[in-house]
Amino acid sequence: MNLLNTVLLTVSISLMYSAPLIFTALGGVITQRAGVDNIGLEGMMAFGACGASILCHFTGNPWIGLVVGALFGATLAILHAFIAVTAKGNQLISGIAINFIGLGVGVFLTRFLFNGAAQSNSTINEPLPKLLGLLGIDKSKSRLLESSEIDLTVIFAFAFAVLIWFVLYKTRVGLRVRACGEHPGAADTLGVNVTRIRYVATILSGVMAGLGGAVTSLTISYRFTPTVISGQGFIALAAVIFGNWKPIGATLACLLFGFAQALTVVLAGIPWLPTQILAMLPYALTLLILVIFVERSTPPKALGQPYFKGQA
Amino acid sequence: MRKFVIQALKKPFTAVMIAILIGFLVGAVTLALGGFDPGRGYGLLITGITSNTRRMAQVLVNAVPIIMTGLAVSFAVRTGMFNIGADGQFIMGQVTGAILGFYLPMPAIIHPLFIMVCAFVVGGLYASFAAYLKNRFGIHEVISSIMLNWIAYYFMNFIVNMKSVKVPGSQHSPEILDTAKITFFSREFRTTAEGEALLAKHPWLESVVRTDAGYAILVMIAVTLLLWVILKYTRIGFELRAVGYNYYAAEFAAMPVKRNALLSMFISGGTAALGGAMLVMSTSYFITMLGATEGYGWDGISVALIAGNHPIGCIFAGLLYSALKLGGTEIQSRMGAPTEIINIMIGALVLCIAFAPALPRLAERLERKE
Amino acid sequence: MEQDTRTLPDEIPGNENEAVDAPEIRQGGVSDYAVEMYGISKSFGPLKALDHVDLAVRKGTIHALLGENGAGKSTLMKILYGLYTKDAGEIRIMGEPCDIKNPKQAITHGIGMVHQHFMLVENMTIAENIVLGSEVTKSFGRLDRERMNRTIREFGEQYGLEVDPRQVIMDVSVATQQRVEILKALYRGADILILDEPTAVLTPQEIDNLIVTMHRLVEGGKTVIIISHKLKEIMASSEYCTIIRRGKVVDTVQVRDVTEKDLASMMVGREVMLTTEKDKASPGEVIMEINDLTVKDNRGVEKVKDLSLHIRRGEILAIAGVDGNGQTELIEAVTGLRKSEKGEIIVNGRHIENGLPVDTHRSGIRTIHEDRHKRGLVLDFQVGENLILESYKQKRFQGRCGLLSWKKINDYANRQIDKFDIRPAGSALQRAKELSGGNQQKVIVARTVEQEPDLLLACQPTRGLDVGAIEYVRQALVQQRNQGRAVLLISYELDEVFDIADRINVIYNGRIVADLDPQTTDEQAVGLLMAGGSQ
Repeated sequence: MNLLNTVLLTVSISLMYSAPLIFTALGGVITQRAGVDNIGLEGMMAFGACGASILCHFTGNPWIGLVVGALFGATLAILHAFIAVTAKGNQLISGIAINFIGLGVGVFLTRFLFNGAAQSNSTINEPLPKLLGLLGIDKSKSRLLESSEIDLTVIFAFAFAVLIWFVLYKTRVGLRVRACGEHPGAADTLGVNVTRIRYVATILSGVMAGLGGAVTSLTISYRFTPTVISGQGFIALAAVIFGNWKPIGATLACLLFGFAQALTVVLAGIPWLPTQILAMLPYALTLLILVIFVERSTPPKALGQPYFKGQA
Repeated sequence: MRKFVIQALKKPFTAVMIAILIGFLVGAVTLALGGFDPGRGYGLLITGITSNTRRMAQVLVNAVPIIMTGLAVSFAVRTGMFNIGADGQFIMGQVTGAILGFYLPMPAIIHPLFIMVCAFVVGGLYASFAAYLKNRFGIHEVISSIMLNWIAYYFMNFIVNMKSVKVPGSQHSPEILDTAKITFFSREFRTTAEGEALLAKHPWLESVVRTDAGYAILVMIAVTLLLWVILKYTRIGFELRAVGYNYYAAEFAAMPVKRNALLSMFISGGTAALGGAMLVMSTSYFITMLGATEGYGWDGISVALIAGNHPIGCIFAGLLYSALKLGGTEIQSRMGAPTEIINIMIGALVLCIAFAPALPRLAERLERKE
Repeated sequence: MEQDTRTLPDEIPGNENEAVDAPEIRQGGVSDYAVEMYGISKSFGPLKALDHVDLAVRKGTIHALLGENGAGKSTLMKILYGLYTKDAGEIRIMGEPCDIKNPKQAITHGIGMVHQHFMLVENMTIAENIVLGSEVTKSFGRLDRERMNRTIREFGEQYGLEVDPRQVIMDVSVATQQRVEILKALYRGADILILDEPTAVLTPQEIDNLIVTMHRLVEGGKTVIIISHKLKEIMASSEYCTIIRRGKVVDTVQVRDVTEKDLASMMVGREVMLTTEKDKASPGEVIMEINDLTVKDNRGVEKVKDLSLHIRRGEILAIAGVDGNGQTELIEAVTGLRKSEKGEIIVNGRHIENGLPVDTHRSGIRTIHEDRHKRGLVLDFQVGENLILESYKQKRFQGRCGLLSWKKINDYANRQIDKFDIRPAGSALQRAKELSGGNQQKVIVARTVEQEPDLLLACQPTRGLDVGAIEYVRQALVQQRNQGRAVLLISYELDEVFDIADRINVIYNGRIVADLDPQTTDEQAVGLLMAGGSQ
């Protein structure tokens, strides 16, 4: 019974940690497929987390927090899109700058609104609904049920994954997006508006990363702190690479990372396994998997290259 | 006038100047939005660093570690690699400094030199690992370096947390031996009779004595010059630059490109780690368990960008950066404005630098309209 | 076709420097012309690419645009297709004035363009590439693949351009890819087709097929504009030809009224010396021997199959063939960029197969690579730095303590610039990217030749160069040979092969299929062998 309980707990914690990664990674898949590099996902997540917790605190409504988090992420993404697509500047540097700005403005806002504290006040009193609760199942009946409770946002994450997969491979829009990432010249000469698609894709990635951050602060940490996002944006990026820029693949990779992070919680008590080594696990795992799986890595051909009209 | 603008836009220096200007502008706007007076804020910034020699010396002392990481990143970029792992390499340098500084007694002068060499090698190997992954497996060095950053950070916490290392009742490792320290004057010196006598005779030395100024500054200058000479005047530097600008042409010209990628990261990582060891040996004297990384590596990236990846430029960029940070704490303590303002300014600055490739194109378009 | 009774009207636009007013639209509003362009000018920064160009293309004809590289023919058509915006001038399609701002508008006006470098997404299918931007959808925006595939097959049959819509572009031949490009235009209802250098990548047989296709298109009521610098193909396919030189129109002629030589003179503006002076060769000992070499490309396909050849000192051996028959992989194997499955490459007695570029260098080989921007130069380096790219280790460039002496390097560079007539003079400190293509190539030639290699590999050394630079480079190669060294020339241009080669090897499908003496054969025979025919 205890083993089953632990397993269920692990699964639900894995899913909890995976959800923000999945949102963000999907955002990464979208931009990179359209040909825009985005290493500023981390900053967009942080900014989204900040927006979500602030709005949730002031309005008491976590759904608004979620939406605002997405909007905050989108705002940063507009900046990035401008630099990458219109100004055709350096996408790597822009991403790094966004990481600075996202966190900086986020903490600044927090200090400003919460009297100089670097984190948002108190736990969020109105958490997002969870699945079993929504289904009307009474959790208190058994420990097992309690351990298998998952957030609704996890369901959303999977739903988005399927949606993005569908759009990317089955629809007209998806075909155009993929063309922009592989050969923008071809798309342009056929009348596809590369600029518009890349803008929309980048802003969408901001929305997704913002959502990822919002989910983190609303369901995992229940507040915004300067360290609530530490590396998840980059892990999501790594997930995109091992998922080979495919939405389903990236989602599976995120699940793996979420699992690794869950292990650090579940195995925390073990005496011979220091917490720091455990904490290293997701990162070391990333490297290991990159090494094993990178042989078949096929990034979109035009990734990171600004498109200049008339290029043949 | 127009011609001047067009010519100016083509130079990389202009992009940096504009970026700095916009950074300050954004800072002012943010202050205003936060309900603070930008004028007063900037005034405090300036006085915060120039009011006395001790402050100015502190700017210099604080600048040393980020100049080192800045040098590390610039060198890598100039030779074709983007070393985003400077943070992790710096940390490894810190660990090396703290451990060898305490556990390996050695005579004075030899001790710090030995630590510096070891730190350089450790950082170099750590960075080369990312290059190796790129060479052998094609993994982009940005991702692998970021992972290595986190691994290094947790590694440091792990080391400090070990029962054999941690000083009981604290969160840090033991202070390094005196032989390993490289400050000019030890901290106690000021209060000794000898110290007070010296200060009475040469009051300007106060800034040197009160801050932790030390040989680190000299080492930093030496490293800067060394890297500059390597890049510009040596055959190996020529090769590294060729690989940096066009890997394929360098390969075709029979240059040892794979080896060069490793060498470039080695030097870059070594420099960053050297900075970390120097920090331990001159200022902190031990390493601490941290809630988050101090971010020296990330600061170094900003410094490198502002410096246009030029070794000598890094010194000026580092000083500017350090000045901003020190001034920022002044703004926080006197005015209550959060230090994040500085981060936001820097973020805006870096964002403008991302914009830099667009300026020469703008210049061309203006030219055409004539 | 009913061409014989039609005559050129007196005021057909296109005479040099004459600004012509657009002719009045005839009674009834129907024009004889599919495309009319008047007074088109376009500049890129200080460079004036087109200067008051006039062009009128009659409906239902094949009209050629002839000019050298950089003359402006591509630019003019890109303006027509909406990829560039004109600075001045007027355009009429089918008699209607219109302003085409982007390709989408061009497409709605019935203009389709097949580019020189195919605009195909490699890992998408033929169908996806054809329909991109004009997709047919079902509910929810889903792609209706069955319907699209069907339409493509129908078009293919109508014009003799059969393709399998489900194949991935990466897996099909270059000629098929070209068909896809043409189908792309037809799928969108193009009545006017612009073909930009369509024969550059085809075998002679495939070129004949293309000309047949063009005639079928014209029979079907389409108008075809073909951009080319290949005189023979223009003579064989087109009715009209407009010659453009340095952004200005030289003349517009009826092809049947002129000879190849006429066209060539109009194209370059002077009597063209199509031959390079050279004495007879006196080859010495064998310097490089390749035996049974087999090399695979990135996809694991064998591109070089049991290839054998040899080359002697003091001779220029040209390898003639169509791009894609293994030349690239052969050079990569010789220069140490690619491993071979089996076989030997022996130079001066040393084996260098499966070596590194440094092994190739050590055995006395220097190469002029066909991709000068990727492999030949470091564009961000100064000209001086590029000139010493392979010789920077020499003592003569060092100053104190073995450090580089930039004074010595720049002095050397300026001497080379003088000697090889690299423009602008004294440009040792300028970045290579600021030089023109011809001068960049001269830098590479200067660097390679100065090192006096035992064997000089020249791959497409005159690609993209103007006539002056071409003559120059060919002279340099002949000089190498005269000094007793060997030159291996890889060229896709038969003119060049016959101009300077002492011996010709024909490569087809990864093998050398013939070893010929240029005096005893001709371009027809070689062309046939290049396409796989037998002697």
